[in-house]
Amino acid sequence: MQATSLNFKENARQALHDRALQKALVNLRAGFPGKRAKAIARLPEFEALRDYGRDLKNHTLEHLDFYLEQFEARVVEQGGRVHWARDAAEAREIVLGICREAGAKTVTKGKSMVTEEIALNEYLEANGVQPIETDLGEYIIQLRGEHPSHIIAPAIHLNKEQVAEAFRARHTERDPGRPLESPPQMLKEAREILRAAFLHADVGITGANFCIAETGSTVIVTNEGNGDLTQILPRVHVVVASLEKIVPTVEDAMVLLRLLTRSATGQEISVYTTFSNGARRPGDADGPEQFHVVLLDNGRSGMLGGEFQDMLRCIRCSACMNHCPVYGAIGGHAYGWVYPGPMGAVLTPQLIGIDQAGHLPNASTFCGRCESVCPVRIPLPKLMRHWREREFEKHLTPAAYRFGLGAWSFIASRPQLYRTLARLGARLLRRLGRDGRIRALPLARGWTAWRDLPAPQGKTFQELWTDRHKGQRA
Amino acid sequence: MSSRDFILDNIRRHLKRAELADSARAAVEARLRRPPRGPIPARAAALDHAGQVELFIAMAEEAAASVLRVAAPAAVPAAVAGLLQEAGLPLRLTLAAALAGLDWAGAGLETAVRRAENGDRVTLSPAFAGIAETGTLVLLSGPDSPTTLNFLPDVHVVVLAATDIVATSEDAWDKLRASGRALPRTVNFITGPSRSADIEQTLQMGAHGPVTLKIVLVGA
Repeated sequence: MQATSLNFKENARQALHDRALQKALVNLRAGFPGKRAKAIARLPEFEALRDYGRDLKNHTLEHLDFYLEQFEARVVEQGGRVHWARDAAEAREIVLGICREAGAKTVTKGKSMVTEEIALNEYLEANGVQPIETDLGEYIIQLRGEHPSHIIAPAIHLNKEQVAEAFRARHTERDPGRPLESPPQMLKEAREILRAAFLHADVGITGANFCIAETGSTVIVTNEGNGDLTQILPRVHVVVASLEKIVPTVEDAMVLLRLLTRSATGQEISVYTTFSNGARRPGDADGPEQFHVVLLDNGRSGMLGGEFQDMLRCIRCSACMNHCPVYGAIGGHAYGWVYPGPMGAVLTPQLIGIDQAGHLPNASTFCGRCESVCPVRIPLPKLMRHWREREFEKHLTPAAYRFGLGAWSFIASRPQLYRTLARLGARLLRRLGRDGRIRALPLARGWTAWRDLPAPQGKTFQELWTDRHKGQRA
Repeated sequence: MSSRDFILDNIRRHLKRAELADSARAAVEARLRRPPRGPIPARAAALDHAGQVELFIAMAEEAAASVLRVAAPAAVPAAVAGLLQEAGLPLRLTLAAALAGLDWAGAGLETAVRRAENGDRVTLSPAFAGIAETGTLVLLSGPDSPTTLNFLPDVHVVVLAATDIVATSEDAWDKLRASGRALPRTVNFITGPSRSADIEQTLQMGAHGPVTLKIVLVGA
């Protein structure tokens, strides 16, 4: 998809004025955090699991080459094929090749953010293969020609009237006079239409929540069962997974599953957790005849050993965005690319370049909630700071900002000058205030247009410190 | 250079090392052969087996599955017939070969032993294990238990022996490893019926999979 992250400020402004979106975001803020908190309260071992999950992911990343080779060997033993893709273009090419070989006209898809990352749908469509999203949320936004606004609740920005409108506009074979007011009516209609899609698809494409080196399993979690119908009905099952989805053993996957579902939807476990091990076996009455895994790098190997390696621990639970005040105010589309929220603010500059995505690591209040809820303890604010530093080093920050920072560092590294200016500044600001409040301030209207600034009272901090020090000595 | 070699080389270059040396390789290989367990929740692991069975039932019901207990396998057909009558469904089901040996006709049920097809309203499969911690069923694919039975019908009935209930998912995998059977094409963990909250975060049952999940629990 075309990134619009460069327009983040304008995107955010529009999002704040979008009444339907603002109403939908109320559902998000009222839903996910409370459900997560409740689920965690029921599991006293949760913090221990987070520590273990962090260490386990670090161990895996330190031995990633070994575990990838083990995984590949097990998949091949089970009659599957593993394809390695350096970048998005190569991954798209591989998937299209498999579809062509299978003579595929339509493919069903389970929910997968990595196929959003490689813009697979657009590519398949341009090449005569019709992809059909089967996760209800993904299906709705596909009908509307949109992209997901959230990594696990892709249609969270929509209300039911918008869903009904999309169904009426696109399900033209249905009676236009049919009732379509309630979510159950819409679900029933989508179930019927997608059931036919499942039965007729030639290829099914899913992502993977985990790839297990010990067993060669790919693992998906869903609540709808669409990922399962996607992989057991067509003749060919293709799994697209990025490198960091590898975990060593089944036991390791269990630790991460306990963290994932609670952090994501607040469930004890998803309705369906499915372990797929190669192709249909002799005597099996169902299951795919071919099983392919596409392992996507797309810049991830280059994150190892550096300051962004921690980001490769991410298990895509969405807790960081569910708890982010910025995401909660503007939703996911404003971020302008595939991955929104704090995890997106760290990952997107890596994937599309800091020159394209520089606004994202700046769109943070650094309140730290994302890090405090991350199931694998990724220091997201620290990683956003690293991007800000890179952005500054590359001279991508605006001139006024750079001038301000330069002036600050000049003053702050000269204590005498700093004390003098601070004292003068405090006195000046006090005079500008009325009743202890500053209602308008030249050069700072961005602040005072929205709220009053309390006028400084009394002495500066350094003066108070000096006084206190004197007092102690006396 | 193939993409495979390019990626593996790039991983090693960034990790600032060559392929794993012998001792390091032996250590990770050993970890794969004897997988260590992470922190195990005490919720189920601390209970005796009777307690685990009770917890399994409570958790499965919390996930909106229903649980019906019967004393012995011979009682399963009559129990299933009762469930279908109660739900106003025709006395007809598609079932896994693994359960074909029970006297279905004796309970007045018309059966087909095969994979599921679209339009099958009720299917029946055997569970390999039940996980007490979360009320989860473990189903294994194979010639005698096709996976389509688990996903295509409106009503999925699963037969589980109480003796096959274990505390945790780790225990279920150990049970599979100890059974001596090869890893099947598909291992399904199923916890309650299909659902979606994708429209306005409102939970609705019966998305793409079964609308109803009924567990027949056999034995004390």
